[in-house]
Amino acid sequence: MTIRHHIPDRLLMAYAAGQLPEAFSLVIATHVSVCDVCRAQLAAYEALGGAVVERTEGIAMRDGSLEALMARLDALPPVSKTVARPRGSLPAPLMDYIGGDLDSVKWRPIGMGVRQALLPTDRSATVRLLHIPAGAPVPDHGHRGLEMTMVLRGAFRDQLDRFGPGDVEVADTELHHTPVAEQGEDCICLAATDAPLRFTGMVPRLAQKFLRI
Amino acid sequence: MTLDARRVEIPGARPETPDYGAPGVVHARRTQGRTVENGSAEEDWTALLIRVRDRQDRAAFAQLYRHFAPRVKAFLMKGGTGEALAEECVQDVMATLWQKAALFDPARASVATWVFTIARNRRIDALRRARPEPEDLDWGPAGDEPDQAEVYEAAQETKRLGEAIARLPDKQRVLIERAYFGELSHTEIAAETGLPLGTIKSRIRLALERLRQQLG
Ligand SMILES: [Zn+2]
Repeated sequence: MTIRHHIPDRLLMAYAAGQLPEAFSLVIATHVSVCDVCRAQLAAYEALGGAVVERTEGIAMRDGSLEALMARLDALPPVSKTVARPRGSLPAPLMDYIGGDLDSVKWRPIGMGVRQALLPTDRSATVRLLHIPAGAPVPDHGHRGLEMTMVLRGAFRDQLDRFGPGDVEVADTELHHTPVAEQGEDCICLAATDAPLRFTGMVPRLAQKFLRI
Repeated sequence: MTLDARRVEIPGARPETPDYGAPGVVHARRTQGRTVENGSAEEDWTALLIRVRDRQDRAAFAQLYRHFAPRVKAFLMKGGTGEALAEECVQDVMATLWQKAALFDPARASVATWVFTIARNRRIDALRRARPEPEDLDWGPAGDEPDQAEVYEAAQETKRLGEAIARLPDKQRVLIERAYFGELSHTEIAAETGLPLGTIKSRIRLALERLRQQLG
C-alpha cells in the first residue's frame, strides 16, 4: 500500500500526549498500524514526552512509598507477552472496535446506496465506517470541527486529490467539498468527526437525528 | 564509527545501590556498562531496567523508582491530578514497569520515554477515557541482544531533547510541556516544536525498514 496522505504532526503529537478524543485516536491507531512513516513520527513525539518527564522537577513521594511497593513486588507476576489481538484483513485496533473483520460490520443504509456503521466510543467525538458504492458521491457536508477520514478499501477523489487505501484526509476548516468514490470498487472508509455532520446534499437534514450524527 | 570510540565500559562502576536483598554480584552484559560521557545518566536507567527484566533485580528497581517516581508524580500533578491520586497512579506506573520489564526494548526507546507512555496511559485510565493503540510490531525474538549503537542512541535522545527543550524560548517550552502534562486540548496543540525530532524519526524509520526486510 502506497500511502500519500498522512496524519498531520499536530494530531500525532496530541495522540502521543494522550489528548485526543477516542474517535480520532482510533483513526490514528488504525493508520499507524499500516504506516511506518507515521509510526516513526509518533515514536519521536513519545520521545519528546519522555524528555519532558525526565526534565520535570520531581515532587517527593510520601515516606514509605517505595517500601510499600517493594513489599508488593513478589505478588506482581511478570508480564512477558502483549495481549493477543485479533488478526484479519483490517488493522487490529479497528477490529477491536468492530468486534471482528469487515464481514462482522452491522451496516445501516443512510440513503443513496451509502451505508454506515457507528463504532462505540465515548461521546467526545464520533467515528463510523462508511460504505460508498463505486462512482457514488460521499455524503456532502460542511465541517464545523475536525474531521479525519481514512480509506480502507477502494478510493475517493475530491476536487484536489485522490485518497487510496491507507490515506487519511483531514479537514478542519469550513470546507465544502464533494468527494466521489472511484469507479470500479466500492469505497470503505473510517471517518471521525467532533462535530455533527451537516449534510447539505443527499441525506435530508431531518435524518440526522435518526442516524445519531 | 565514532559512536563506539566514545563509549568506554567500566563494568565495576555502577552507582551504589541500597540493599534490597539483591542476589549476588551483577555479571557483565554489554548493555550494563556505564559510559564515561558527562551526564549520560540515561544509559544507566537502561542498564538498570535490563537488570529488572533479566533477573527481577530489586536493587535496580529501587534506583529506577527513586529517579522516576517523583518525576511521574510531578508530571501528573502538573496536569491537574490531585496529590493522593497522583501517588496512587505513580505506584501503578512503577508496578507496571516491574511487571512489564520484559516488554521494554532498549533499542526502540529510552526508559524515560517508556515511563512516559505508561504514565500517560495511567492518566487516561484515571480519567476514564480510552486511547486505542496501534498494532504491535514483532520486533524480533525475545531475548535477542539489541544492537548496542541503537541502544545508545535511544538512550541519548532523551538527554539531547531535554537540552534542546531547555534552549527554547520560554513561551514555546511551556507550550510543549503543557501539551504533555495534559493541559492543552488537541485544538490548542501546535506541531511546530522547534526541536530536532527528525533524527529520532529517521532512526526509527531505519529500524522499521530493516524489520520489514527481515519479515519480507
Ligand atoms: Zn502515515
